[in-house]
Amino acid sequence: EFRRFSLERSKPGKFEEFYGLLQHVHKIPNVDVLVGYTDVHGDLLPINNDDNYHKAVSTANPLLRIFIQRKEDADYSAFGTDTMTRKKNVLSNVLRPDNHKKKPHIVISMPQDFRPVSSIIDVDILPETHRRVRLYKYGTDKPLGFYIRDGSSVRVTPHGLEKVPGIFISRLVPGGLAQSTGLLAVNDEVLEVNGIEVSGKSLDQVTDMMIANSRNLIITVRPANQRNNVVRNSRTSGSSGQSTESSLPSSTPNISANILQGEEESDEEDIIIEDSGEPQQIPKAAPTSESLESLTQIELLHESTQNGFLPSSEVNLNHSAGSISMEYEVQDPDLKSLEEDGTIITL
Amino acid sequence: MRRFLRPGHDPVRERLKRDLFQFNKTVEHGFPHQPSALGYSPFLRLMAIGTRSGAIKLYGAPGVEFMGLHEENNTVMQIHFIPDQCQLVTLLDDNSLHLWSLKQHSGASELREEHRFTLKGPPGSPPSATQITAVLPHSSREVLYLGTESGNIFVVELPLFRVLEDRTITSEAVLQRVPEDYCNRRSCELVEALREHPKNPDQILIGYSRGLIVLWDLQNNRVTHHFLGSQQLENLYWQRDGSKFISCHYDGSYTQWPVSSDNRQPEPLENLVPYGPFPCKAISKIYWQTTRNGLPYIIFQGGMPRASYGDRHSISVVHGSQQTAFDFTSRVIDFFIIFSSEPTAEFDDPSAMVVLAEEELVVIDLKTAGWPAVHPPYLASLHCSAITCSHHVSNIPLKLWERIISAGSKQNIHYSNMPWPIDGGTNIAPDPPQRDLLLTGHEDGTVRFWDASGVCLHLLYKLSTVRVFLTDADPNDNMNTLGEDEWPPLRKVGTFDPYSDDPRLGIQKIYLCKYSGYLAVAGTAGQVLVMELNDEDAEHVVDHAEADLLQDQEGYRWKGHEKLKTRDGPVRFEAGFQPFVLVQCQPPAVVTSLALHSEWKLVAFGTSHGFGLFDHQQKRLVFVKCTLHPSDQLALEGPLSRVKSLKKSLRQSFRRIRRSRVSSRKRRGAGGNASEVQEANAKFDQDALQEMELAPVQRKIEARSAEDSFTGFVRTLYFADTFLRDSSRHCPSLWAGTNGGTVYAFCLRVPPAERRMDEPVRAEQAKEIQLMHRAPVVGILVLDGRSTPLPEPLEVAHDLSKSPDMQGSHQLLVVSEEQFKVFTLPKVSSKLKLKLTALEGCRVRKVMVANFGSCKTDDYSENDLAVLTNLGDIQIISLPFLKLQIRYPCIRKEDVSGIASCVFTKYGQGFYLISPSEFERFSLSTKWLVEPRCIVDMPEITSNNHVHKKSGMENAARKS
Repeated sequence: EFRRFSLERSKPGKFEEFYGLLQHVHKIPNVDVLVGYTDVHGDLLPINNDDNYHKAVSTANPLLRIFIQRKEDADYSAFGTDTMTRKKNVLSNVLRPDNHKKKPHIVISMPQDFRPVSSIIDVDILPETHRRVRLYKYGTDKPLGFYIRDGSSVRVTPHGLEKVPGIFISRLVPGGLAQSTGLLAVNDEVLEVNGIEVSGKSLDQVTDMMIANSRNLIITVRPANQRNNVVRNSRTSGSSGQSTESSLPSSTPNISANILQGEEESDEEDIIIEDSGEPQQIPKAAPTSESLESLTQIELLHESTQNGFLPSSEVNLNHSAGSISMEYEVQDPDLKSLEEDGTIITL
Repeated sequence: MRRFLRPGHDPVRERLKRDLFQFNKTVEHGFPHQPSALGYSPFLRLMAIGTRSGAIKLYGAPGVEFMGLHEENNTVMQIHFIPDQCQLVTLLDDNSLHLWSLKQHSGASELREEHRFTLKGPPGSPPSATQITAVLPHSSREVLYLGTESGNIFVVELPLFRVLEDRTITSEAVLQRVPEDYCNRRSCELVEALREHPKNPDQILIGYSRGLIVLWDLQNNRVTHHFLGSQQLENLYWQRDGSKFISCHYDGSYTQWPVSSDNRQPEPLENLVPYGPFPCKAISKIYWQTTRNGLPYIIFQGGMPRASYGDRHSISVVHGSQQTAFDFTSRVIDFFIIFSSEPTAEFDDPSAMVVLAEEELVVIDLKTAGWPAVHPPYLASLHCSAITCSHHVSNIPLKLWERIISAGSKQNIHYSNMPWPIDGGTNIAPDPPQRDLLLTGHEDGTVRFWDASGVCLHLLYKLSTVRVFLTDADPNDNMNTLGEDEWPPLRKVGTFDPYSDDPRLGIQKIYLCKYSGYLAVAGTAGQVLVMELNDEDAEHVVDHAEADLLQDQEGYRWKGHEKLKTRDGPVRFEAGFQPFVLVQCQPPAVVTSLALHSEWKLVAFGTSHGFGLFDHQQKRLVFVKCTLHPSDQLALEGPLSRVKSLKKSLRQSFRRIRRSRVSSRKRRGAGGNASEVQEANAKFDQDALQEMELAPVQRKIEARSAEDSFTGFVRTLYFADTFLRDSSRHCPSLWAGTNGGTVYAFCLRVPPAERRMDEPVRAEQAKEIQLMHRAPVVGILVLDGRSTPLPEPLEVAHDLSKSPDMQGSHQLLVVSEEQFKVFTLPKVSSKLKLKLTALEGCRVRKVMVANFGSCKTDDYSENDLAVLTNLGDIQIISLPFLKLQIRYPCIRKEDVSGIASCVFTKYGQGFYLISPSEFERFSLSTKWLVEPRCIVDMPEITSNNHVHKKSGMENAARKS
């Protein structure tokens, strides 16, 4: 259901009043709902108190898009960075069905008006000595802020202990994204970049890979400090410590590479300005039937991501039937917000 | 589950790939880097050149080429062909000897290393005892005489290098009958020269460095004659009849000695310092050539007055009253004379002098009056002025080819008409499949046109852009023309001239339209010239326009070089490409991209500030677009070369260090201990290495932002007739890609031919695409409805290409350094991508569409992208589906200049510089392969050789 109504921007009032207004407008006086809005980055953020309600209104540009979900069947994971543009990956659903179906989400608290800047991911498939860190550069002004160097590490191989060349984090810039997460530290060994193993690659190659992925960087490290590792109570006794690193299941990197590639598609939208008009994100062309025959693997992932989006459980009141593209429209011809984002060069 | 299948395992496609792609490095064009030795076989009429990196290259008739590489990669010090054999011996600076032979294998000759050998002295003897200084392959073809630093001469048997100890000629044996007083004054020292008697193979002349020369009788193992020279000896040469020989010395003198049976210790006939009386430099090599008319040719290297001409690299030719000192621009490595080698001939009658200088090969015709130079068909000095860019054009129409050749022949009138004198071997390679041109732009503002169709890279025509401009150093060749009584009679020869008058003249981009003969070149100071081929000399005014790329940008100051000054009034141009339009960019930054559309008569150019479009028919600037980001101060201030030049100067200083070390190793001064020097060098190397390892190398990881430097730098420009606005009407368009990942598309309106001069060309910006990964855009291409790249301008008009499919939907391919992306047109939506850098960590350096034909069936061919990465790998990526087909390692990733110089051809070949003076040619195609294939036959053995053979056998018999 879609409703359009106006608010006084200068006097938004209190959240309670607004909540009531919504119930009134939608004629659902006794239904508990979750309220969210899309910010300038296309992220779905919650409205549940006065502060974030005021923030939401102030970002209206001039339209404010509000999403309302019934509380019983709400999907809390819908909130956060990239939520509006991310196409959930069917592949990840297939590989890790428990992600969405079996485990109910443990809600600790509602996310406030913030976005994640980093996360530890894939804890369940990685050895305990490794850590896979995702840095969300998109949407923050902070520099990534770290340096890498060449080095050597000791590995367990069939021929005994061997010294092999490796890539290490050499410096964290104070105030940078990497340092602020607390998940990366100097002398951590970099093992993978977005699912691709770095062994055998030169420092320059790894640098280029990281920069190429800088908008959504996922690095797998072996922390120099192994004391803060996540300890899982299953199989810890058998395969803990150093012994795990040499027995890393060989299939894991490949699978995770696919997942990561898929996820990564989300924030790679190029921008087009037609006839000196308004900048828009470039939509993906729907695959035509003739080219389906010979699509590359990457394209298959496009398709799957699109399919994966449709059955999403969000109750989208702003329902646009069958439309795949979740491009956001800049209704205000003033491009100020985009300039801040640094996406358009205006001279 | 289809999506889990990994691509690339289709067996049919795999088989097809084998029929389409194959990687080969086929031939090295140009002049060998750092040559160090020269050899010649009058019997095979083949020349051999050795280099400091241990390569050995043989050249004969055009197309006859062989190459070998010593495993050790040590400097080749000497090359000696075995008389009347398809064999040669090389001496390296590690004192090892190597025997190479030319053997026929499946219809073609191949150069192979057969044996290697290091002379070993008795235990405990110093290394100098066996340090080889002179090599004499005996005409018996069975033994080598090896002169050493200790003064002993060892004899080894070929081909296995067996040392014949009982035949060693010790310095003691030589000194036995030398007069006491002479002997006391000087010991033998090292053997400087070994020369076999021209008529009597049983006698060899031995020259020691302190001046003593003896004639040694091999039969009786004793000295027959002593020649007591008083000057330090450099070299020896026999006169043809064996009655006299000539010695040359360190003090710049040469001496003639008679050899007769009545005087066993003769006095010199004549002692002369040709460039005296003031102290002169050494004469390091000398030839004495007899002629029918009685006047000999005396040809010697060096000997110049030390104080005033000591820095010259000269070879003097004296013939009666004629004397010329050929003055080379780089150090002379060695030279030889081609003369009548018929054993029955009475005189030498020299025909040509072949000089290997450090940077070029010069051949002088000694038969024609005035001794003109001969134009070499190969070993071209690509780097006579440093190469700044290259451009390859395949399949040149015959008409244009002939016109370029005719323009070039008018430039070559001062060359001799003598046929190329080094003509051994037979070229059996099939004729090149098509006529290809390689154009090289140079630092001095010239463009050289090379015939790149076959194995011999041959200069066809040289174009200079200098005439258009006023430069400080105007052509003023008085320096080289010599007056009548100039002494010494120096004459500059050769083309190597590394000094550029004005670096702003450097050529940066070249575009040649092979159908129309239009040529556009662009240079370092923002100059863009459009030229037309004219078969006659002409004098005309060059139209001049300025393109202000900054437009309304205020408050910026260009701190780089000034723009070039142009000449007022008409300028005289020689036949060939003559400029008619000059556009100068303002600020005068280096031109970074160039495109020419000969059908629309438009030229587009870009710099670090923006790009512009010029109508060269109406001679009117159509538009300019500034691509600068306001924060990009660096681009505004000065030339981009700053970073580069620092790197270059570092590299040069390293090279200098290395050179000085090499030369110190080469100097085998009196008592110098070679092994000690080597040890010191090894230590130095190790230290340098350790230092390098200690340096902390770290890399910053940061996302690219719009504020990065040089985002406005225009990397690529492309003309296309495609659907830019709507899918019903196509129109001419211009596309530009920048360093910051932006693509601009302009819609052009070109008036129809009949009103072309009346209506202006209009342009309007239609699209601007910002790639979010912001990597530099290195290629833009439009694919037609059949997913075939659009043809070149005029290609369809000349019936050489199918007209593009304008019915189906077009696609846009944008290649950045990191990704390949296909977008639909006219509505830009992304269709496909290949994220190369994210997956492999390599970046695209060069990209070109290449056509690959199957070697199995004639009717199958496909277009793919040939890509060179920053790691020096070559990848082939399919069109339009962007699938990686195959990858070959090609260039070392440290070889930055090699990677930067790479050009691909339209048919899957390529060139890159392996040194400043050499292009390596490679092929990715199974079908188009240009490589040397030649055969060297043993010429008939003449009667004289049987005599040699007999004496050799006698020797052997006596030994046993």
